[in-house]
Amino acid sequence: MTDFAEDSVLVLVDVMPSGGLAKSAAGLLGAAASIGTPVALVVTEPGKSAGAAEQAAALGAARVLIADSADASVLTVPAVDALAAAAELVRPDAVLLSNSIEGRDAAGRFAARTRSGLAVDVVGVSRDDEGVVAHHSVYGGAYNVDSAVTFGAPVITVRQGAIDARAEAVAEPSVEQLSVTASGRQAATIESIDEAVVTSSRPELRGAGKVVSGGRGLGSKEQFELVERLADALGAAVGASRAAVDAGYVPQAHQVGQTGVSVSPQLYVALGISGAIQHRAGMQTAKAIVAINKDADAPIFDVADFGVVGDVFTVVPQLIAAIESKQK
Amino acid sequence: MKIVVLIKEVPDTYGERKLNIETGLADRGASEAVLDEIGERSVEVALSHADAHPGTEVVVLSMAPEGSAATIRKGLAMGAGSAVHVVDPGLVGADTGLTAEVLAAALRRVGFDLVIGGNVSTDGSGGVLPAMIAELLDVPSATSLNAVEITEDRVSGERASDAATMRVSATLPAVISVTERLPEGRFPNFKGIMAAKKKPFETVTLADLGIDPEAPEASRSIVIGVSEKPPREAGVKIVDEGDAGEQLAEFLAQNRLV
Ligand SMILES: Cc1cc2nc3c(=O)[nH]c(=O)nc-3n(C[C@H](O)[C@H](O)[C@H](O)COP(=O)(O)OP(=O)(O)OC[C@H]3O[C@@H](n4cnc5c(N)ncnc54)[C@H](O)[C@@H]3O)c2cc1C
Repeated sequence: MTDFAEDSVLVLVDVMPSGGLAKSAAGLLGAAASIGTPVALVVTEPGKSAGAAEQAAALGAARVLIADSADASVLTVPAVDALAAAAELVRPDAVLLSNSIEGRDAAGRFAARTRSGLAVDVVGVSRDDEGVVAHHSVYGGAYNVDSAVTFGAPVITVRQGAIDARAEAVAEPSVEQLSVTASGRQAATIESIDEAVVTSSRPELRGAGKVVSGGRGLGSKEQFELVERLADALGAAVGASRAAVDAGYVPQAHQVGQTGVSVSPQLYVALGISGAIQHRAGMQTAKAIVAINKDADAPIFDVADFGVVGDVFTVVPQLIAAIESKQK
Repeated sequence: MKIVVLIKEVPDTYGERKLNIETGLADRGASEAVLDEIGERSVEVALSHADAHPGTEVVVLSMAPEGSAATIRKGLAMGAGSAVHVVDPGLVGADTGLTAEVLAAALRRVGFDLVIGGNVSTDGSGGVLPAMIAELLDVPSATSLNAVEITEDRVSGERASDAATMRVSATLPAVISVTERLPEGRFPNFKGIMAAKKKPFETVTLADLGIDPEAPEASRSIVIGVSEKPPREAGVKIVDEGDAGEQLAEFLAQNRLV
């Protein structure tokens, strides 16, 4: 198993604890296909790789490397050992990973081990005469920055939900077992895992086309339900400010902003959110922004295409009713 | 036990942050510099362990430009026992690889049982350094911890992964990173600020650490282009007079958003 394409791009796809591929795989393989020939690396514990390999091919991986003897109780290091073996074999032009918690850890360790140049939280990739270029959106989208590495294959983590391009499905992928030599690097132990059960049929926040977010202005966990009702009327994902998360209205995974998720939807609706600069950093690249806030001086209005100075508890129910009657 | 906390000076996120369009580097004069909030939370994790376990030594470590000493001193004012500041002209524009090598070398020199860093900084948003440093030091890394328990020989906690919450643990020495689910840092009081002036503050250069920033065997990430996006402009703002919900629905319909 040699003969990998000259322009191979090695992609470490995230696998869920239950075995399937994480959603980020589609964008990663889409990005890889835009700059070369995607080779997917699937790292799982024994017996859990079959479905993931098929999914990777359906998302555009012409070749899939399987490393399915990873010890599931060891954090990060097994994935890095597999990545090192795969990179040795494939000699790719770039290595792509998800900018997820797992992906970042693997990228960091792999880049440090191989002394490769690392580009993190990238929103796009392209090629120029000298190689692969990574595109970053910096300081909440205020700047676009391009980076490259001085030599060799860059290691790149791609922001989840940032890539719209999708690769064509590969009907007959070549699926190969990768032999991995354990590095013996010290690692942390995973004692137990609780996979988050997705109970809601709502779109996921990362990469959502529409987002409705609520802030401290919603007042309580019970009243935050209003945000969810508007989200459902619009078919939108639910977001929140850090203050709403800190107050326990919604889980942290919904936080939009500087230290939460960065979104770039067609429509962003901010309910009872003041628009602190750290919140705006995660949403100001949205196409259209709508805000409802009872304080006419709230900074969120500085970035809103349509602002309503009013009370969310009166304006939003009326808005939901109007949307529902338009949809009839 | 010796706990080393990695801290970073960043442009205050409450102000406008600027990049130099020529170099792609942070324009440090454009905004006020502060200790990154996640760094304060990391210091707090170490200090609250030290409060309950006399004999714990807390060191703050930062790689930062010369002018950052005051920010690093805030860690001392909060209660850390000593500070190490790596500063060198060769570090201007350092990428994550070089930064990790420098911090790993500094950690070897200082010695540690536990290293605590933030999960992501508010300026670089990289979130890779703890894992990189652990790799270079060949110690376990337990990142993105929402809760931390430290014992004589282990560190463990709840780790917020992407699709799951997990319990992880590692034998010491180890590197961990913490999330903003952990408590805010304490405010330095007057006594702390006065005491900080007398605490050990070591300044270290690349030569002291034996690091060549231009080592030919390491590939580095470099900025090759920067552009500024035009700021967003405010649009229509109406005051609700009883029909704002309907007007808003109309706006959404006109823009094909419903
Ligand atoms: C390092 C750092 C990182 C941060 N990261 C983030 C981040 O990722 N995301 C984030 O969101 N924040 C972040 N913050 C916090 C940020 O500074 C703000 O504190 C936070 O965004 C405020 O949330 P809020 O707008 O919900 O609350 P508030 O600022 O309290 O605003 C509530 C708003 O609701 C309005 N309101 C109240 N009642 C009603 C009503 N009935 N109808 C209509 N309007 C009403 C009020 O007028 C007010 O404007 C960060 C801060 C720091 C220092």
